[in-house]
Amino acid sequence: MRSEDLLPLQERTADRPETLSKIAAGGFRMIGGRNRGVGGFQKSTGKEIYTDDIVLPGMLHGKILRSTEPHARIQSIDTSAALALEGVHDVITGRDMPTAYGIIPWTPDEHALAVEKVRFVGDAVACVAAVDEDTANAALDLIDVEYETLPYYLDPEEALTPEAAETPIHAPRKPGGNGNILKRVQLEFGPVDEKMSEADVVVEGEYYFHGTTHAPIEPHCAIARLNQDGLLELWSATQVPHYLHREIARVLGLDVAKVRVVQPAVGGAFGGKSEPFDLEFCVALLALRTGRPVKILYTREEVFYSHRGRHPMKMKYRVGASEDGRILAVDAETILDGGAYASFGLVTTYYSGQLLTAPYEMESYRFDSTRVYTNKAPCGPKRGHGSVQPRFAFEISLDKVAERLRMDPIEFRRGVFMGTGRTVNEFRVQSNGFLECLEAVEKASGWKEKYGKMPYGGGLGVAGSCYISGTNYPIYPNPMPQAAVQVQVERSGRVTVLHGASEIGQGSDSTMAYIACEELGVPLDYVRVFSADTDLVPVDLGAYSSRETVMVGNACLMACRRVGDLVRGSVAAEWEVEPSRVRLAGGWAFDVKDTERRMLIAAAFQLAEAEHGTLGAVGHYNTPKEGVHGDYRGATIGASPAYSFTAHVAEVEVDPDTGFVDVRTIWVAHDCGRALNPVLVEGQIEGSAYMGHAEAVLEAQEYMVGEHEGGLHNAPSLLDYRIPTSMDCPEFVPLIVESNDPEGPYGAKEAGEGPLHPSLPAIANAIYDAIGIRIDSLPFTPPRVWQAIQDAEAVKQAEEVA
Amino acid sequence: MKDVLTLRVNGDQVEVGVPTHYTLLETLRYVLGLTGSKQGCDKGDCGACTVLLDGEAHLSCIMPVYEALGREITTVEGLADGPYPHPLQDAFDLTGAAQCGFCTPGILCSAHGLLAENRSPSRLEIQQALSGNLCRCTGYTKIFEAVEVAAESLRSGKDPRDIVAERYEVALPARSMQPLEESHA
Repeated sequence: MRSEDLLPLQERTADRPETLSKIAAGGFRMIGGRNRGVGGFQKSTGKEIYTDDIVLPGMLHGKILRSTEPHARIQSIDTSAALALEGVHDVITGRDMPTAYGIIPWTPDEHALAVEKVRFVGDAVACVAAVDEDTANAALDLIDVEYETLPYYLDPEEALTPEAAETPIHAPRKPGGNGNILKRVQLEFGPVDEKMSEADVVVEGEYYFHGTTHAPIEPHCAIARLNQDGLLELWSATQVPHYLHREIARVLGLDVAKVRVVQPAVGGAFGGKSEPFDLEFCVALLALRTGRPVKILYTREEVFYSHRGRHPMKMKYRVGASEDGRILAVDAETILDGGAYASFGLVTTYYSGQLLTAPYEMESYRFDSTRVYTNKAPCGPKRGHGSVQPRFAFEISLDKVAERLRMDPIEFRRGVFMGTGRTVNEFRVQSNGFLECLEAVEKASGWKEKYGKMPYGGGLGVAGSCYISGTNYPIYPNPMPQAAVQVQVERSGRVTVLHGASEIGQGSDSTMAYIACEELGVPLDYVRVFSADTDLVPVDLGAYSSRETVMVGNACLMACRRVGDLVRGSVAAEWEVEPSRVRLAGGWAFDVKDTERRMLIAAAFQLAEAEHGTLGAVGHYNTPKEGVHGDYRGATIGASPAYSFTAHVAEVEVDPDTGFVDVRTIWVAHDCGRALNPVLVEGQIEGSAYMGHAEAVLEAQEYMVGEHEGGLHNAPSLLDYRIPTSMDCPEFVPLIVESNDPEGPYGAKEAGEGPLHPSLPAIANAIYDAIGIRIDSLPFTPPRVWQAIQDAEAVKQAEEVA
Repeated sequence: MKDVLTLRVNGDQVEVGVPTHYTLLETLRYVLGLTGSKQGCDKGDCGACTVLLDGEAHLSCIMPVYEALGREITTVEGLADGPYPHPLQDAFDLTGAAQCGFCTPGILCSAHGLLAENRSPSRLEIQQALSGNLCRCTGYTKIFEAVEVAAESLRSGKDPRDIVAERYEVALPARSMQPLEESHA
């Protein structure tokens, strides 16, 4: 078929010519529209391919033997009986992969399979490859491991005792250091003690966040294959293909260029797939050793034990305020329960303090955070990494301050709004729609009519928050771009976007497609998006810290504009007008001053291809380095190109007889800079508030104590861990606020993590409004709330007697 | 030890050789290659494996394949009418009801089971019908909306696209699965 033959068909999918004058008048064609997603039908028709859907010829199945001890030295591992079993192809142990790894280059403390020691129940010890899963499972039973048990610590304060330091979980990294402490961060901004002493009101409190996990519905899965030409291919349900790529090569001693990492569709991640896991190293090594493709699929229990979820934190907060409602000083002391390995813990320790300093003006701030190892599954980054827990403590503290000052909690927050400029810890904030967020939830919730006026048991609570749109620096220091996109433009009108971002359900593929449509003027179904295959796409750092819309979006914008300029130039030359008069939109190239002058977009591409040769471009993004943060040690951690803001109002109904907290509605207003597609932004707001609500009232990653069961996960199943069903959720009301950040593509900022934070303190504050009792420890389960009511009653009665 | 069984799947009669202990889900995914139905927990907690048996939603991960003998099995792959998506599938795409999409096949089957019996379900009836399907991404709101749009489409014969367009007062692009000739807005 000649390209001319396509044109009549293209005219049918392009915008109607009479609508072009409207587009020419200004505004976006694609951005901001309630558009379909890319690949939506793949998902709704069951055609999408996730890792476990891939079956390769001759594929073996792997299974991992896991530690039954929370802390023990490995005396011996006998794999001979397992190896002798018919159908078993290989068994590997820690000896076969002695190189330590870790997502943070300064704290590599993990091995794919345990070397010398196991540090939590569930630590990987050996791995079998067999013809099928049943045989692999049978072989695990035949592996004999002898352990010398060691004292174990499930509570971080226990791990901090001098006795515990004598048999530490890890060898101290510095001589004389404590092997149970990963990191301590102490930072102070402004004269905290002085300001605190000037305060008219000082509120002190101890707060506890209990630990939760991501629980994506898709369990982790990985497949490796050795190609005949010596290329190791790895398919994995990961959200960081690039970091995985580097670590696989390093641990296995391979050239990075001889490893290919492919991320198929991922069935949810939320931070739970953002570092390398034992299964990826195991399938890779087993594929190299057996010459056969090898797959490992975690069981649901393994997903719970692989964890990397939100750290339990014990937090002491002191907040001092002036009579006229200024925050003079904030003083925080936090112990982070890290579990058995470092994971992202070094960053988490910083984040537990660094991300608290907006949207409110605080005149001085100090935090002291210590991350401690314990013999439990490692904690890491879960949606809202490191900052959901302190936000819980801080927003309750602010509510208490407002009450002491006899101010409405929303009014008080308005009064301490920081606007744009510098936070107390010197982060640069260029856009801040928090006031509009407060306004939106105040209005939508009927706050003025209801707050403090509902019958006993019913209440409203408010909370605010701030989050990063990507981290200003990559995990391993390097000056190269943090995101890159390659765009191919073909004479048929088809545009292909190759990018490294990880589509994990948040819509990064769709976002890149919308940008390509906006810039190159093609309809959505002319865009193909290929992502997260290290052999095909430029490097991107992955789906973490809400970085993709800003970073990959900007890279995509640059690539598309480079090609778009060529196309506009060629069309302008053809029409003998200035290139600025040519607009590409809705399937056309047209003259904005005379929309009768137009050609189908494919014809425009053909003109440009004739002039410039094959059309394509690359674009990249690197974060601004000047003037975005201070220069103290740690100043870079928590710095971001742009910050999002959120306000929640939650309405609860507390049953005093049972302690059951029914969260009725959560109104969420989120400043995402600009909603590139409101459907996706609403989806992120709703999903975030859902997850935060669940952490407040339902979920708990907890471990058993006791001689025989110590260190076992309390509830490693979706039902017992209690992720919410469709019957358990409040109504979520998403409200979008657009502040148009100068650093974001079209002004966009993140929307995937920020809207989670205020859920927990808003519910806590609503419970106080409902029953007049402060509960500062999570989760708000019926037994805890009921007990709190009983305790308050007892105090009241005692006071009456006295 | 394998048995040879005859099943009816998505309108086809198929013979399969399966280990005797296989579940229906294992048979669909690993023997027939129908990977649309998902395994999220393998113990009946999450509902990602939900399929229809004689039109009724069932958890295939805890169902021995033998229990499906003689019954009409419909998976997510069997919901569309040839190249035309079922209104539920179109509605999910239009409303953003599928984020990661992993729970989507099971939810579509449960919703299909509901709409077969009740074309005007209330929000509560939808919540109840989907209470065995866990979604971790969406908070369910957009899923409820998608089911409502599909129900309205089935009742009225209207295109789900027009229903969504009316709700939000916007023009939406055509179904990408539709033949080109019909797709002009």
